[in-house]
Amino acid sequence: MLNCREITERASDFIDATLPWHVRLEVRLHLMMCRFCREYVRQMALVARTLRHLRRPDVPLANQELLARFRAEHQ
Amino acid sequence: MRSETGTATDEAVIERLLAGDEAAFCTLVTAHHASLLRLALTFVSDHGAAEEVVQDTWLGVLKGLKAFERRASLKTWIFRILVNRARTRGARDGRTLNFSALQDPEGDGTDLIDRFSAEGRWAQPPSLWQEQDPEDLLLRAETADCLEDAIARLPASQRAVVTLRDVEGIEAQEVCNILEISETNQRVLLHRARTKVRLTLEKHLKRS
Repeated sequence: MLNCREITERASDFIDATLPWHVRLEVRLHLMMCRFCREYVRQMALVARTLRHLRRPDVPLANQELLARFRAEHQ
Repeated sequence: MRSETGTATDEAVIERLLAGDEAAFCTLVTAHHASLLRLALTFVSDHGAAEEVVQDTWLGVLKGLKAFERRASLKTWIFRILVNRARTRGARDGRTLNFSALQDPEGDGTDLIDRFSAEGRWAQPPSLWQEQDPEDLLLRAETADCLEDAIARLPASQRAVVTLRDVEGIEAQEVCNILEISETNQRVLLHRARTKVRLTLEKHLKRS
């Protein structure tokens, strides 16, 4: 039976679904019984999803040197 | 597997680039420039150097495109060029990056160690968060700044992995290819990074 510390060590792999099926099952069983680990795993998943929002928006190419080099390559 | 080899879309883009299609080149640079810059900043210390590395990467892409063997996706290939140039530049500036999780100065289990009893049960359980979605979380004071700061303070190898996986949303296999690390290393580094980032945010939310 996995304890809480062992659940936190597997939380990242659990949310990415990369654990072997039997370990995944053990984690699920633990989560059914432990609200602290449930909250911990939920927070890990929430943090990972929130990080996605830090991605910078695309910036239009305003680099004339680069464009000149591209043209030069194709003359 | 999609991340292993070039896609049909990649083929079309490469053909257009080789034919000298400026619009295709602009689209490509626009789509990846910010991501490349973010990744470059995990290898070199200042913004100016990172900009140079990215510029150098695009020049490398222009030069190498004809010989690109298409064993990886176009994106993976571009990101690998960046990693190689950034490593070289970082080494020149006295920064070397070790991607082996085993040699990670901040090994496993150090972050949450005092939160558990000797039997491994929660002694200091996680504080409860009301927020359900990223949008809720980002409405809280300075969450985005806190996350940026947490990432910036990670060891560089962890920072590179979490940046590619969670910020940029790149698949695990492709991240392994870009950074030339094993699947196990990737998972361990990501685990450590996420653990630290969550912990930093937990402290921040408690304060605010």
